[in-house]
Amino acid sequence: MSKSTKARGQGVAYLFLSPWVIGALLLTIGPMLASLYLSFTDYDLFSTPNWIGLENYRRLIEDDPRFLTAIWVTLKYVALSTPLKLVAALAVAMLLNRASRAQGFYRSAFYAPSLLGASVAVALVWRVIFQDWVADPDRSLLVIVTLAVWQFGAPMVIFLAGLKQIPKELYDASAVDGAGWWRTLWSVTIPMLSPVIFFNLVLETIHAFQAFTGAFVVSGGRGGPSDSTLFYTLYLYQKGFTEYRMGYASAMAWLLVLVIALITALLFRTARKWVFYAGER
Amino acid sequence: MKRLGWHGVCVVLLVILLYPVAWLLVSSVKPANEILSDMTLSLVPDRFAFGNYTEVFKGAAGIDVWTFLSNSMVISVGSVIGNVLSCALAAYAFAWLRFRLRGAMFAFMIGTIMLPIHVLLIPQYTIFQRLGMIDSFWPLVLPKLLATDAFFIFLIVQFMRGLPRELGDAARIDGCGPIQTFRYVVLPLSKPALVTTAIFTFIWTWNDFLSQLIYLNTPDNYTLPLALRLFIDQTSETSYGAMMAMSVLTLLPIALFFFAFQRFLVQGVATTGMNG
Repeated sequence: MSKSTKARGQGVAYLFLSPWVIGALLLTIGPMLASLYLSFTDYDLFSTPNWIGLENYRRLIEDDPRFLTAIWVTLKYVALSTPLKLVAALAVAMLLNRASRAQGFYRSAFYAPSLLGASVAVALVWRVIFQDWVADPDRSLLVIVTLAVWQFGAPMVIFLAGLKQIPKELYDASAVDGAGWWRTLWSVTIPMLSPVIFFNLVLETIHAFQAFTGAFVVSGGRGGPSDSTLFYTLYLYQKGFTEYRMGYASAMAWLLVLVIALITALLFRTARKWVFYAGER
Repeated sequence: MKRLGWHGVCVVLLVILLYPVAWLLVSSVKPANEILSDMTLSLVPDRFAFGNYTEVFKGAAGIDVWTFLSNSMVISVGSVIGNVLSCALAAYAFAWLRFRLRGAMFAFMIGTIMLPIHVLLIPQYTIFQRLGMIDSFWPLVLPKLLATDAFFIFLIVQFMRGLPRELGDAARIDGCGPIQTFRYVVLPLSKPALVTTAIFTFIWTWNDFLSQLIYLNTPDNYTLPLALRLFIDQTSETSYGAMMAMSVLTLLPIALFFFAFQRFLVQGVATTGMNG
């Protein structure tokens, strides 16, 4: 290939990439930098932003009890919904993992709630079915947790694909050694599946931090009763788009990124202890 | 016998899992007072109230339900077209072409998949506000034309990488440049990945709430999820029946897509680890 055709090849590549490049510059990198800058201002959408340094961050942490409530509610939600969802997903995946012509049907059927559950319509159904819980500050969060756990289908499908990769010989060996079901679960299935468990755990955790629709619909957009369902994103929405305190909301958004990055890093650190990659010692 | 037991467990679990959906379907033809006092969550209505559906077709906030439906449809179909086109173009460059910044750009693209949208929301809103596009469909569709859903680029890249390289060599010998190779070889063979992208884009856009809530302000431009939300805020207890009926209508397209394409959907999740 001559030099000129090579250069032309590069040009063509950038031609194909051009929509993505424009989007990345104007709708991702630009806005990221802008929101970082805005988080140090008193921006309100209508007047020019004034630089106020770390004031937004200081106010969030020192003067805004609702912000701390929102963090607490969100952490509780993540800590409850993510493990429950993964346990349900793994249990059903193990149930379905056997040679049967009906497996495909069951897999699709158990997956269906994952498609429906993200909608306003299903959140409304939850609101009506659990109407007594919705009004009770001690239980309202559980309504949204059950709605999340109900959608275990997506991680279940991923687990099932992972289970199929585990060599049969390991189970045979385990049976020869006289290991029971429980023992086999902990010494074969879970170690062999640990990369997939880790993948689902990271994905679902990041996801759970950003939950919005369920909390919005169940609490009628207010995060009540008595702020018991004031999710982080819901509070961010209230500050940014109903009060137009956009500098403040930008600071919240960056703190969210920070928290998610921190927790993801933490998960990666613990992974060294329990995630087992076959072929590695 | 053991086999039968297994089917039994699966079916019982499914019935429990799908009970809320069945209850929704039945409630959509129940009178409102029966829905609210329905402590046993029964699947047998005492009285049928098909009027719930006629009430839905009268619309909400003085606006025809067909308006909401067509708004949702226009945004979803626009997003599908945008995503499939722009993501296929970018994916082809990443998977099949060589260029200097490929490694860095690819790493950045993967990084954006995990980025919470909240950090982009406010500047994006400001941009669209300056462009006079608030309360229109542009802020919802334009980003898709610019391949901002990096997840789907990744999905298509994975698929295109799996296509045999010899096909590209053969095409080059036949005198195809990169553009013809894309048009006549790679694109047609990538159909499964494009279909998966289209289905997921449609369903996710159809279900999307946050961005529609932010960008659409007047009821004329409302989509189905936003119209449903009107029910939460405004209606008295007497229109619970209509609310349930409208929920059924909202979920109907998703259900149809599910029945038509469930294999693609489940396969897509299994191979890419995609999450709803």
